[in-house]
Amino acid sequence: MEKKLPTIEIIEKYCKGCHICVEFCPKQVLEMKGFVAAVKDLEACIKCMQCELRCPDFAIKVTA
Amino acid sequence: MSFDYDKWLRPGKLPHIWCPGCGHGIVMKGLIRALETLQLKKENTAIVSGIGCASRLPGYIDCCTLHTAHGRAAAFATGVKMAKPEMNVILCGGDGDGTAIGGNHFIHACRRNIDMTYIIMNNMIYGMTGGQFSPCTPTGAKASTTPYGNPDPGFDIAKLAIGAGASFVARGTAFHANQIDKLIVEAIQHKGFSVVEILDDCPTTYGRRNKYKSVIEMMNRLKDVAVPVKAAEKMDPEQLKGKILTGVLHKQDKPEYCQEYAKVIERAQGTAR
Repeated sequence: MEKKLPTIEIIEKYCKGCHICVEFCPKQVLEMKGFVAAVKDLEACIKCMQCELRCPDFAIKVTA
Repeated sequence: MSFDYDKWLRPGKLPHIWCPGCGHGIVMKGLIRALETLQLKKENTAIVSGIGCASRLPGYIDCCTLHTAHGRAAAFATGVKMAKPEMNVILCGGDGDGTAIGGNHFIHACRRNIDMTYIIMNNMIYGMTGGQFSPCTPTGAKASTTPYGNPDPGFDIAKLAIGAGASFVARGTAFHANQIDKLIVEAIQHKGFSVVEILDDCPTTYGRRNKYKSVIEMMNRLKDVAVPVKAAEKMDPEQLKGKILTGVLHKQDKPEYCQEYAKVIERAQGTAR
C-alpha cells in the first residue's frame, strides 16, 4: 500500500530563516535553501508537526 | 491536522516585526491555541499591552486589543475589567515593561487579585531599544549598558508575583511550545490574577552579546535549565542549582476584586436608600 504523504506548505514571504524548523525536525525533512526553509525529503515526514508548532513566523503549514 | 491560526490573525499584518528566531512568535501561537481551545468570542476578549517587542503582540490578533503607555498595561486592563467584568482580559508584555517601568502596576494588580491573565515574555533584556539590561538580566550577563557584565541580581518574576499576592502563577519556556497553551488555558480559567511567565530568547540583542552562537543554542539552553515542578520535588537542592522550575507554581482561591467591589457598591446603595 502506498504511503499517504502529507503536504508541507512553506510561506516564503513569512519565513525569516531562523533554522528552528530545520534543527528540530526529528527526521531531517527540511533544509535551508538560501534564506528560507524548503522541503528536502517529504517521504521521511512522520507528521509530528514540530515544525509547524515551533515556527515563530507562522510560515509552515503541515496537512496530513 | 494543521491548526488554523488565520482565524485569529488580523489579515495583512504578517510577517510580524520580530527578529528571526525570536520566541515571541511561539508564545503568540500558544496564546492563539489557548483562545481557540477555550472557544472565546472575539468581541468578549480584550488583549492589553504596554510598549516593547512583546507588547506588539495584540496588533496581530483579531479581537479587542489595546496598546497602551509603557508599563501601564495592568492599569489600563484594570479599567477595562472594572467597566466590563464579563470580558476576558489578557495582558501581555515583556520583562522590562512588566517589572521595571510597570513594576508598580504589576505588583498592585497582583495584590488586588483582579480576574485577569498576565503573560510576561521574559527575554532577559530590553530588545526593542537596543539591548539595555532589564531587571531580569542575570548577574554577569552582558548587555549594551553593561559591557563588563551585569552586577545586579535578577528578578524572579514568579516569586515576585506570589509574594505580591497573585493567586495563580505558572512558568513555561519558548522551547516547551506544547506546554504554553495549556498553561494559558489554565490561567484564563482561574478566577483571580494569573501570571504566566514564559522564558524567551532574544538572539539579536542578548544572544550575540552573551556568546550564544545561534537561535538553536538559546533554545537548547531553555531546554537544559527548565525542570518541571513535579520532577523537582524528587531532586536535591544541589541538583536544582541553576535550574528554573516550570509548570504551575502557585494556585490559591482568594476573593476576586470585581466581586468584592460589587459588594461595596451594594453596601453603599443599601445605606443610601
